[in-house]
Amino acid sequence: MRTPVVLSLVGIAFLGLPVLAPTYYVTLMLPFMAYGVVLLGLNLLFGYTGLVSFGHALFIGIGAYTGAVLTTHLGVRHMELILPAAALAAAVVAAPVGALCVRYVKIYFGMLTLAFGMVFYTFLLKFYRLTGGDEGMRMLRPYLLGSEWSGFSKTAYLIGPYYYFSLAVLVLATLLMWRIVRSPFGLCLKTIRDNPLKAESLGVSVPRYRWYAFMISAVYAGVGGALLATPTGNVDPTLAYWTHSGNIVFMVLLGGFSSFFGPLLGAFAFIFLQDTVMSVFPYWRLIFGAVLAFIVIFAPGGLMGLFARRRRPVEVSRA
Amino acid sequence: MTANLVNILMGGVFHAAILFLVAAGLQVVFGVQKIFNLACGSFYALGAYTGVSAVGYFTAHGGPPALFIIPLALGGLAVGLVGVVVERGLLRFVYDRDETFQLLLTFALVLMLEDLIRMTWGTAPVSTGGLYLNYGQARILGATVPVYNLIVIAASLAIALGIGWLLSRTVFGRIIRAAADNREMAEALGVDMRWVYVRVFTLGTMLGTLGGALVIPATAAMSEMGIELIVEAFAVVVIGGLGSMRGAFVGALVVGVLRSVAISVYPELEMLLIYLIVIAVLIWRPRGLFGTAAA
Repeated sequence: MRTPVVLSLVGIAFLGLPVLAPTYYVTLMLPFMAYGVVLLGLNLLFGYTGLVSFGHALFIGIGAYTGAVLTTHLGVRHMELILPAAALAAAVVAAPVGALCVRYVKIYFGMLTLAFGMVFYTFLLKFYRLTGGDEGMRMLRPYLLGSEWSGFSKTAYLIGPYYYFSLAVLVLATLLMWRIVRSPFGLCLKTIRDNPLKAESLGVSVPRYRWYAFMISAVYAGVGGALLATPTGNVDPTLAYWTHSGNIVFMVLLGGFSSFFGPLLGAFAFIFLQDTVMSVFPYWRLIFGAVLAFIVIFAPGGLMGLFARRRRPVEVSRA
Repeated sequence: MTANLVNILMGGVFHAAILFLVAAGLQVVFGVQKIFNLACGSFYALGAYTGVSAVGYFTAHGGPPALFIIPLALGGLAVGLVGVVVERGLLRFVYDRDETFQLLLTFALVLMLEDLIRMTWGTAPVSTGGLYLNYGQARILGATVPVYNLIVIAASLAIALGIGWLLSRTVFGRIIRAAADNREMAEALGVDMRWVYVRVFTLGTMLGTLGGALVIPATAAMSEMGIELIVEAFAVVVIGGLGSMRGAFVGALVVGVLRSVAISVYPELEMLLIYLIVIAVLIWRPRGLFGTAAA
């Protein structure tokens, strides 16, 4: 098999990167790993369950604000506490939101998630005293493994301990998601995507499984959001804005939604491509819009679809 | 008291008049092509910027300021022809795809148009200045309302009636309704669907760009105005019902007036209230208030 070889090479590259690569590129890896966690979850919903959320940035926002509130207002600085808290906060919100959203599919699901995302965005923006309004809130440097790492400058902290911490979270999240999609539960989700009626008649409770998938993906987005907040050092309402939701769906599609590692590749490509384009041309959205249009029209399998020529063609036509 | 109330109400109705135009564009496209066009807000922004440029060109070349509404409306309508390019160049490739991909393609348009606008007009807000005061102010029950706002409200009403007439009384309207109802049957009866789609999409685009052009004298054009308006137009069509013109009309009034009331009573609530209504409607009646008949 090629895959284990590729994976071990990628793993070695990740471990060695902070030592070998220029600092700037190492700092770019941090949002990549945070988005990687988010997208693994999003793709459980998009690629595996067939539901496209246009409000998933809601949960990134919840994770990020949880981190900010905990570090600045409540004095909780340990990342080992912040991440579970972010996951919990995302789950608490996702439980009722998901229960309502999964009653609908396709465009109505997208619209309802978008509306919930915008409710949260407006709340963040307008309730200034609680949330800091459009200026947002500071996310203080969290402690890792019980240590403050006070001897490290901000950059040294980010490309050192925080890099490896994020990497560990991403690896754990990936392993867990791998188990989830290979489990009977994951197979049920795929059946629901491909043929909900058949799934129902086989005794799978379709809304319940969709709800589980929604919850898991929200928890992933919450954890990813908390990870994302540290390198920026600041959280603001645009994290929850609908275009941010659109961008993460874009990342999944860029990498390839029908493959397990596609979303990770998508996050990587998006962040490094965005950085490259912005350094030569300030209007990155123009280029990215064109790239997205190209992918939608000509390469719906994304980058993974281009690499994996021999795999079965991606099913995109209307059922 | 009454003056205040009238002010709030007129502000809301003015906003509703603009929202209706954009939402009507969204509806006609969704009704026939079954595509939820996220880029309708971007067309609105495009119309707004074009309107500013058209009026600027007009006054700079000695056009009488009192007639600024003519280049404004013409500019707004003309730039709507970009719809032909978008439909032929992009959308026609995805009609038989899953609606997720159609949605994402219109999101790609949102991204592209946002930066195209920034490239062309810069990032600083642009406006037509106080030109709209040329038409003076009207006094209604003690409140002063710019006459320009009344003109826009009247124009929007006229367009609403015009669309109603187009859909119910003309051959093209019959074809649109047939296509919305059953595409295969319409095609089997000899309707050239490509031609219908181009025209419908361009009509939808022009409604959006005209809405953007008409709003601009009363405010300033900013590059984010498109992505902000789309979520309001989205609220309008959800409340009214996807694909329904009557729904767009009622929904625009609900959103416009409620927003205006909320801003003056409890500003924090502004859009929050609208989205909560959207969620309530989606849960209680996902088809919206008028979501039975298409187009």
